Amino acid sequence: MDELKDVILKYVNAEYVEEGGDPVGCDTPLISGGIVDSFSMVSLKRFLENKCKISIPDDQATPEAFDSVDKIVVLVRRFTKT
Amino acid sequence: MANIGSYEERVNGFDWSVSEKELGYKPGDIINIGWYCSDRICGHGKADKIALHWEGLGGAEKHFTYNDIRLASNTIAAFLQSLGQAPGDRICLFMDRVPELFIGVLGILKMGGIGQPLYSAFGDESLYVRLENAETSAIITQRKHALKVRKILDKLPHLKHIIIVDHDGKSPLRDREVAFSLEKAAPVEDFDSYPTTAESPSLLHYTSGTTGQPKGVKHVHYSLISQYLTAKWVLDIREDDIFWCTADPGWVTGTSYGIIGPWSLGVTQCVLDGGFSAEAWYKFIEKHRISNWYSAPTAIRSLMKAGDEIIKNFDLSSLRNLASVGEPLNSEAVVWSEKVFGKAFLDTYFQTETGSIMITNFPGMKIKPGSMGRPFPGITATILDPKAYEPYPETGKIGLIAIRPGWPAMMRTYWNNEETYQKKFKNGWYMTGDRASIDKEGYFWFVGRDDDIINTGGHLVSPFEVESALIEHPAVAESAVVSKPDPINMEVVKAFVTLKSGFTASADLDLEIMNFIRKKLSPLAMPQAIEFVESLPKTRSGKIMRRILKAKEWGEEIGDTSTLEND
Repeated sequence: MDELKDVILKYVNAEYVEEGGDPVGCDTPLISGGIVDSFSMVSLKRFLENKCKISIPDDQATPEAFDSVDKIVVLVRRFTKT
Repeated sequence: MANIGSYEERVNGFDWSVSEKELGYKPGDIINIGWYCSDRICGHGKADKIALHWEGLGGAEKHFTYNDIRLASNTIAAFLQSLGQAPGDRICLFMDRVPELFIGVLGILKMGGIGQPLYSAFGDESLYVRLENAETSAIITQRKHALKVRKILDKLPHLKHIIIVDHDGKSPLRDREVAFSLEKAAPVEDFDSYPTTAESPSLLHYTSGTTGQPKGVKHVHYSLISQYLTAKWVLDIREDDIFWCTADPGWVTGTSYGIIGPWSLGVTQCVLDGGFSAEAWYKFIEKHRISNWYSAPTAIRSLMKAGDEIIKNFDLSSLRNLASVGEPLNSEAVVWSEKVFGKAFLDTYFQTETGSIMITNFPGMKIKPGSMGRPFPGITATILDPKAYEPYPETGKIGLIAIRPGWPAMMRTYWNNEETYQKKFKNGWYMTGDRASIDKEGYFWFVGRDDDIINTGGHLVSPFEVESALIEHPAVAESAVVSKPDPINMEVVKAFVTLKSGFTASADLDLEIMNFIRKKLSPLAMPQAIEFVESLPKTRSGKIMRRILKAKEWGEEIGDTSTLEND
């Protein structure tokens, strides 16, 4: 697994899954699956911006774009040079 | 022709007995909402009619007829009794929108318990204060939420049973935990509903206050009379409707109009247990041919944000009636819905305390986009002068929305807090805490809250509660919490924070504090913006002046600063 995906996956499991709860995978639906709600998306977006030193415009921080770790990686890569 | 017919004719000589007669209720009779929403409907020949189409994660589907929910609620009621739960006990429902939540409410009511639905995204602190206040004796929950209960269990001596509805046997049950499976339990054919009467308590819904901890709003079984009639006349629910209320039963809309209203009318309703996405919602409407849709401005604005193009991918022609609740519906959203759905969302207004719709736009009436509409028949609403607490003699003035008490669904008290309850009344009026004006045609126009409460996405958040939680973070010395404008949620939580010595403001600390509040209280209460400041504006007596911070956020005049400490 690439480093970015691994970092995001670990963060999502640490922050949005209750201790002892079922861990999420890279393709687990986060928003449509009710794991991350629209309010919590703000903190997830903030994490990505802090960690990757990027700025994600609000109009691109959509529930669809945040719906899985895989999709988030695609979104983040659009704003990073590597 | 809409169910209400002529608004003017309904208003003249209105009496709640209209609803009582339709429900076959006479004053003094037994009235049990659980029975009315299941057994009674079956008795009307609708036992095989679908009561609930449910969809969950991963495409899971369940369908329940009215006979199914009658049996299932009997089964839950009998199970609670077998545990020793008694009439009057507070029984919490702490679940996602699974069928057990909706049917569980009926089961609790049937055995005479008081249902206490709580939003499943609440963190352990929010959960604790509500369970502790109500001295809750049992909680019905899911495995994933039971983890939060375990964290606070030692502080809850009254909590005797934690009922887990999806226990899979993989991990052992812990102290006070018991498994219950609706699918595996033997259906209970006959159950004698507890003979509750009009004033018997039914539900406790918790709502945030400006100061102090959340208040438990006590409702009674007689609330059915208002909820039935408003669902029929305002939401225009009809026999052949497929109804979808998007609210979570952790909030009052989700019980009044996501359970009691539609099921007392014997209509088919749908529930989607999943997060929001425009595509998923439109697909759900198309698939179930939803005709009557009750949603919230935040959701409507999110759909607007998703654009008009996506709508063309779905057949939404089944939609007949659209309504909205939770916060003021902006005129742009009304105009947009008319453009894309061919129907305007009708804005409705009520509160946890009122239990049923108070001021509203009715099907068939002239809609003024952005207006709250007019009072429901039987509801006397006015605008009070905030100094004299008397109605303004003239129209157009901004004042306090007040309602003459006496409608069936009105709260009866705040749980263990009669003193605060009494403070909600002035000169014989119930004070909503909201400000508005009335125009010459009797339409109400919402202005805002009259206190510091934050209405974010239709949910009330107490700044006091967030501030109290913030100072439990090791880096935070002081905090002030206010609302901040937001294009989707109307307003969101913003925190101004001073740090203890040894801590430095940073992006990582900002995120750490956000997550701290999210997990402790709820995602709704999480500050979406944190501003680290050197000091907070205070009065000379040391009270933080939130209104100065709020005025800056909203670009408003700061007003009188004569009492400001640093002036």
